[in-house]
Amino acid sequence: MSTYTEYTTGEPLADTKAPAGPIAERWDRRRFEAKLVNPANRRKHTVIVVGTGLAGGAAGATLAEQGYHVVQFCYSDSPRRAHSIAAQGGINAAKNYRNDGDSVHRLFYDTVKGGDFRARESNVHRLAQISVEIIDQCVAQGVPFAREYGGLLDTRSFGGVQVSRTFYARGQTGQQLLLGAYQALSRQIAAGNVEMHARTEMLDLIVVDGRARGIVARDLVTGEISTHFADAVVLATGGYGNVFYLSTNAMNSNATAVWRAHRRGAYFGNPCFTQIHPTCIPRTGDHQSKLTLMSESLRNDGRIWVPKAKGDTRPAADIPEDERDYYLERIYPSFGNLVPRDIASRAAKNVCDEGRGVGPGGQGVYLDFADAIRRMGKDKVAEKYGNLFDMYERITAENPYEVPMRIYPAVHYTMGGLWVDYDLQTTVPGLFAIGEANFSDHGANRLGASALMQGLADGYFVLPSTINDYLARNPQAGDVDDTHPEAVSVLRETRERIERLLAVDGDRTPDSFHREIGELMWEYCGMARTDAGLRKALARIPEIREEFWRRIKVPGTGAELNQSLEKANRIVDYLELAELMCLDALHRAESCGGHFREESQTPDGEAARRDEAFSYAAAWEFVGTGTAPVLHKEDLVFEYVHPTQRSYA
Amino acid sequence: MALATRTDRRPSITRTLWDSTVGKKTVMAVSGLIMLAYLVVHMLGNVKVFFGADEFNAYGHWLRHMGEPFLHSHWGLWAARIVLLASVVAHAVSAYQLSRRDIKARPVKYAHKRRRAGYATRTMRWGGVIVGLFIVWHILDLTTLTVNERAWAGHPYENVLATFSTWYGNTIYIVAMAAVALHVRHGFWSAAQTLGVGNARRDKALKFLANALALVLFAGFVSVPVAVMTGVVS
Amino acid sequence: MKLTLRVWRQKNADAPGTMATYEVDGISQDMSFLEMLDTLNEDLILRGEDPVAFDHDCREGICGACSLVINGDAHGPERTTTCQLHMRSFADGDTIDVEPWRAAAFPVVKDLVVDRGAFDRIIQAGGYITAPTGSAPEAHATAVPKAAADHAFEHAECIGCGACVAACPNGSAMLFTSAKVNHLGVLPQGSPERETRVLDMVARMDEEGFGGCTLTGECATACPKGIPLPSIAAMNKEWLRATRKAKR
Repeated sequence: MSTYTEYTTGEPLADTKAPAGPIAERWDRRRFEAKLVNPANRRKHTVIVVGTGLAGGAAGATLAEQGYHVVQFCYSDSPRRAHSIAAQGGINAAKNYRNDGDSVHRLFYDTVKGGDFRARESNVHRLAQISVEIIDQCVAQGVPFAREYGGLLDTRSFGGVQVSRTFYARGQTGQQLLLGAYQALSRQIAAGNVEMHARTEMLDLIVVDGRARGIVARDLVTGEISTHFADAVVLATGGYGNVFYLSTNAMNSNATAVWRAHRRGAYFGNPCFTQIHPTCIPRTGDHQSKLTLMSESLRNDGRIWVPKAKGDTRPAADIPEDERDYYLERIYPSFGNLVPRDIASRAAKNVCDEGRGVGPGGQGVYLDFADAIRRMGKDKVAEKYGNLFDMYERITAENPYEVPMRIYPAVHYTMGGLWVDYDLQTTVPGLFAIGEANFSDHGANRLGASALMQGLADGYFVLPSTINDYLARNPQAGDVDDTHPEAVSVLRETRERIERLLAVDGDRTPDSFHREIGELMWEYCGMARTDAGLRKALARIPEIREEFWRRIKVPGTGAELNQSLEKANRIVDYLELAELMCLDALHRAESCGGHFREESQTPDGEAARRDEAFSYAAAWEFVGTGTAPVLHKEDLVFEYVHPTQRSYA
Repeated sequence: MALATRTDRRPSITRTLWDSTVGKKTVMAVSGLIMLAYLVVHMLGNVKVFFGADEFNAYGHWLRHMGEPFLHSHWGLWAARIVLLASVVAHAVSAYQLSRRDIKARPVKYAHKRRRAGYATRTMRWGGVIVGLFIVWHILDLTTLTVNERAWAGHPYENVLATFSTWYGNTIYIVAMAAVALHVRHGFWSAAQTLGVGNARRDKALKFLANALALVLFAGFVSVPVAVMTGVVS
Repeated sequence: MKLTLRVWRQKNADAPGTMATYEVDGISQDMSFLEMLDTLNEDLILRGEDPVAFDHDCREGICGACSLVINGDAHGPERTTTCQLHMRSFADGDTIDVEPWRAAAFPVVKDLVVDRGAFDRIIQAGGYITAPTGSAPEAHATAVPKAAADHAFEHAECIGCGACVAACPNGSAMLFTSAKVNHLGVLPQGSPERETRVLDMVARMDEEGFGGCTLTGECATACPKGIPLPSIAAMNKEWLRATRKAKR
């Protein structure tokens, strides 16, 4: 058993794909400079797409429309179930339909600033440019966005942004956008252009002569492990929030595909950048299997408070007004309850750590609508938030019209992911990562309603343009099949891992390990991180890993539908990824966005960024399990948006 | 680039109708409505029994001579019979085929049993069979007079009285009319849905109309045996 | 709470299945139904038995993966998805029957897991608007009346869970199919393909072995998203219109 807290620094990394010149022209130039594949030749190229969420679904459909042969995978029984479906709030686009001063440049600016200056300007600008095309595309597909009586699209302001640029479909925007992509994909499946493998999970990447040439996947129904080959591999497998066990991610969302790719040579970017969403329904007990998000829009009218006294267990209604602490309004008088997600989350943690939390275990704060109901009337509140209130009542059996809601922060999104260049290509040629799976355009913190925008931008527009260049420049380097030594060895390793999991026959369930690593990560690599805490976690993780391989119990066999085996196999990767997240958090001795280091704060307790030392993206190179990885820094240059300290007081 | 994903050649309308579950339901709806219209007329004719043997027998006579002198004797009657027979056959064949398909589509029952749907809905199949058997008996009884005790050709009034003077005649008839009413109740509303006439706004009106039709038909038809039994008609 | 569960166990698609009985103890009212099954499964694993397989993913009522018939009701006694059903809907000492969706078109894969691929194939037959990426006109080029947009949304809410089929005594997929037909048919963007869409989707639905509709209304009662029964009538109308109009 080896632990590490040190690392070595390797060669700096740079994105060589984004053209120089005025930022507004870079995407056009890149598309022009990129080589194209002759339409007649496209069908000879196979592209593997793993995942069918917004990014994967959009990419699969679009690549197939262009004429490529697409082989696509998802672990669900249907591509329609990817977790993008659960996104509630909306999707940003710089349409400026409201004539309220929005523009591509403003969306670009807001995103770079919101990400606390840890994202690449070229990428973010392209995202803002493409945002307008996404809305057009989705409307053409029949996505039923909310509309005004005149028949035009409605927008709202979201997450404290001063312009109304968020398009939405009630509280189910993610669902509607995903169904649009799923339907486009379905059309291509019917046309025979996409070969869809549902209930099939990618377990490893096959790299031949330094290029990604295929994957190893397991049929979750029969247990058959097989190889699939292609000219390029696209990972659209989402984020890794489930490292924390409790998160708003779907139960089966996992990090295996990205982690396996990382082990095969793809650098991992900013793994410690995770987003904790402030308005989730608190856990009710140890049985809790996942957390449910309540839309951030609730903070527009709800007031957040806790009792002033510690350990006050009186019902909310019995606590008089002057014994309540509306702490966000007190600390941040100008933004009040609408401070950004990271700030609201941390403040909730602080008051609960002081012993002033409410509800079971003191892990919650009140989100009170009493004032809003007095001001607007119950009907108006119901009209605005009715479906959210119903959802809350269904889960908690409490009526939020009468008693204040209880909320608590929960892991929601991971800004980190596989490092990619402007073309969304990882450090393994031929391996692309899109959507939440890449380290993305959100820097250290993602703005509300930007995840859907990025997933669709990558899937519909960016990747289908940039992958052409790779395919055109790299004509098939000879056929690779099952007999290739690389394929044989990756296949063997995968089988051995599965057999090893089944062979331990210990005395602990997969969930018990998942819970343990999750609690450790939440404690030490959650909302607030310290040098000492991270070192403690880094010492503990290898011990858990060792214990896992000694005590894990996976019933059944590998040759059948075996959900315990699926879980255990994913936990193997969490146990390695968790360590890298902690190391990244430890090495980044600054606070920025969702990453808060207690050692780096301003005198009034706000996050203090340290641009002089940390204005770079951290890309980690895998060396071996339990061995310190190598850090490659990509320096971030800000030509258009100049870094400033965020202030919300 | 294979972007066209749909076949351009389509089968004929008849083929499309008959091959599809939705089409077959349309066949059932249309044939059912034809029979329903016939039932209403039939019921109106039946209550003429209250106005005495002469009027009732004259009505029977007219039925055989409908359309004369343009049509030959019995032609009008046979035309109606052919349409009705076609409706019955189309309705029954569709029902049989759809039912077989439905049963096949749910081969395993739930271990946990519970009551489902309304009575009329659940009895459509058996109710339909009962009504079908009744039609056979009814024709043998009052059209061909094969099983009628009186069997006096050209004198339906007397034959009707004979039918309703036996306990089994009354029982069969009343049970069958109950089945008809239940069948109409769900069938009429159902036909409206199948033909796409139903929507949320009209639902109440359609359900009311279905109930009213069922009730009026039941009352009208059953009034005859009741009247015979109670001696109002003799 | 202490409960007795009778759960359908079936090793694989070809094996015969049976209802097995389990006792679970220490169940909290605040648990979701699936968390209660998690508890059972943790026990089963530690006892060296095969845990109960069931589909689930988002656990917030939107992905449509969870699919259990609980005491004869698709998704159980509340009008919601199984994952959003909480144990407070049951009483201490209850016996609860848990079965998979039953329909010929949804064969059992294992235990409570069924194959709903037929739904995907219905969508593939025409449940889309042909709009290749990049070809879209400006979003505001076509105004969509709010009523049409709302109608489309109401039907687009379908999560494809299959409760309608599971609840239908005929294993019919009419409500599912009508949801998509209504969603796309009412939008101006979807109107060029109106006829082919409904004809192809209904034909596919029949080919997959779903039963016909006898309008029992069980589907709409079971639907966790409230897709209304009149949607079926609207699809019938659309289908009849298409039969007359479709180019041959």
